[in-house]
Amino acid sequence: MISLTEVAKNYGSAGAKDSVAIGPVSVDIASGGITALVGPNGAGKSTILTMIGRLLDVDSGSIEVAGHDVVNSPSKVVAKILSILRQENHFVTRLTVRQLVGFGRFPHSKGRLTAEDEQQISAAIDFLDLTALEGRYLDQLSGGQRQRAYVAMVLAQNTDYVLLDEPLNNLDMQHAVQMMQQLRRAADELGRTVVIVLHDINFAARYSDQILAMKDGVVVEHGPPEEIMQDAVLSRVFNTDVTVIDGPRGPLAVYY
Amino acid sequence: MTAQLDREHPRSSVRTTQDGEAQAGDEQRSWTGETSGSRSSSTRHAGPITSRKHALRYWAVMGLLGGLSLFFTVGILSFGNPMPFGSSGYWLIAQMRIETVVVIGVVVFCQAMATVAFQTATNNRIITPSIMGFESLYVAIQTGAVFFFGIAGVTMVTGLPQFLMQAAAMVLFATILYSWLLSGKFSNIHIMLLVGVVIGGGLGSLSTFMQRVLTPSEFDVLTARLFGNIGNARAEYLPYAIPIALVAGAVLWWRARRLNVVALGRNTAENLGVNHKREVMLILLLVSVLMAMSTSLVGPMTFLGFLVATLAYQFADTYSHRMLFPMSMLIGYTVLAGAYFIMRNIFYAEGAVTLIIELIGGIVFLIVLMRKGRL
Repeated sequence: MISLTEVAKNYGSAGAKDSVAIGPVSVDIASGGITALVGPNGAGKSTILTMIGRLLDVDSGSIEVAGHDVVNSPSKVVAKILSILRQENHFVTRLTVRQLVGFGRFPHSKGRLTAEDEQQISAAIDFLDLTALEGRYLDQLSGGQRQRAYVAMVLAQNTDYVLLDEPLNNLDMQHAVQMMQQLRRAADELGRTVVIVLHDINFAARYSDQILAMKDGVVVEHGPPEEIMQDAVLSRVFNTDVTVIDGPRGPLAVYY
Repeated sequence: MTAQLDREHPRSSVRTTQDGEAQAGDEQRSWTGETSGSRSSSTRHAGPITSRKHALRYWAVMGLLGGLSLFFTVGILSFGNPMPFGSSGYWLIAQMRIETVVVIGVVVFCQAMATVAFQTATNNRIITPSIMGFESLYVAIQTGAVFFFGIAGVTMVTGLPQFLMQAAAMVLFATILYSWLLSGKFSNIHIMLLVGVVIGGGLGSLSTFMQRVLTPSEFDVLTARLFGNIGNARAEYLPYAIPIALVAGAVLWWRARRLNVVALGRNTAENLGVNHKREVMLILLLVSVLMAMSTSLVGPMTFLGFLVATLAYQFADTYSHRMLFPMSMLIGYTVLAGAYFIMRNIFYAEGAVTLIIELIGGIVFLIVLMRKGRL
């Protein structure tokens, strides 16, 4: 379980007029399945996610993942419990897909890859259908393939908790759907707990088990998709007129 | 999108099964079990060398560079030796020249390791420690001594205590700059680089200003000291510079695997459990030690580190620092020893070694870059 207690982050100098505050957020994210973080721009979704992934310091409050205090635990301990992938990934080093995924094993093997590591790497690559591409360099891949390679890296890390910051960014329809299906499989078949920031509420409704809606730095809604996919709830969260209709594959938010 | 992806069905099953570590472990084992069974995992590996061809190319380049290094070393030691071969005088002269070879080795060791490590820590492949104000500080100290104390000032900055003081000043300067910039609210490597460049530029202007006011003879003495000068190196510092450089280099080598991760940037490194800020601070401290050793020995070598690191990335084509460090050192040794050999025996101007590095090295660098099309 991921539990946040009174977590807050202040941007800008405290007390100043232009300072933006995220939180305080207190929420429990259950183990297993996919939890989607949704909300308008600037609601604090990515901030909360990066704080859970200890890439951003919290100003106050505490975060526990599977009973470990993320804020104060050594980074190398946390790296075996959770993995996080941020939006922008650019490496100056030139890497093949397999080398990149191999770095996912660093928390376990400290860079000395064992046979066990190689198996995990192969499994992660196969899982994301990158087998044929594993010898290619990242700069020879399309955006969608590269995104899959990054996800393969955090899966190879073999952590119970996987945090992803907008992994569907810049993906076309086909690749976005594929990515979500693969994450669904990671949750169902591998038992990973996936927390994901999504922009498209319909993707969240279709593929996630829990939706956590944020607005102005605080959590405003938290529940299964059926509860969130309501005209009134979505309109309030997104400041937009939203109509939920019954689509062929579940509820569909219409807001165009 | 069939039953497998149906939300209702997997969700309920996951909730009931997912509540213990052992459970998760079991499921993850089945992950590798079912996939690796279908194919042989022995042919698939993720090491720093991607293929047999890559390995061959790496060792071929290393062999070539090793051969060239040996050639230039023998050349420096024996070419133009006035005494007949085999006589005691011949060996005496050769022994005196060994000092030059050692200086070249130490300088290259420092510059190559420092530049590669620095570019890894700062996650860029353009800026080198030379640009970050290290060498301008050296120039400012030397110029200041001559400016305030005249030609006698040159002797004031020579000697072992002065060497250690100067090295300490450079390391201190770098450490204060880094810790201030990396721990403060900036905590941004680009701002640090910018501040470094600005400080470097400021110190450079200060030195230029002081040099303007010097008398011609003072200026002449100073110039001789500021030019990257292998033949006229302060060899008396070698017994101290070598162990210090070796220790710094050994620490970098020992942490090479972490350097590989640091090169992926802050977010990825932190995700993989590397304390990025601490690691970067340590690397930059070691870099400043190495740069201080190199600069105190032979003065500024602005372009060498950049050239050597860039060529090493091109030829080695790997993330592994244990492969990059040796290659960058061999490239550096070939370039510096070659430049010294040519300048000394063809142009009789061994004092101006940096000129040929910047000229020929720059051309080689451009050719390699144009052909590969990336840094």
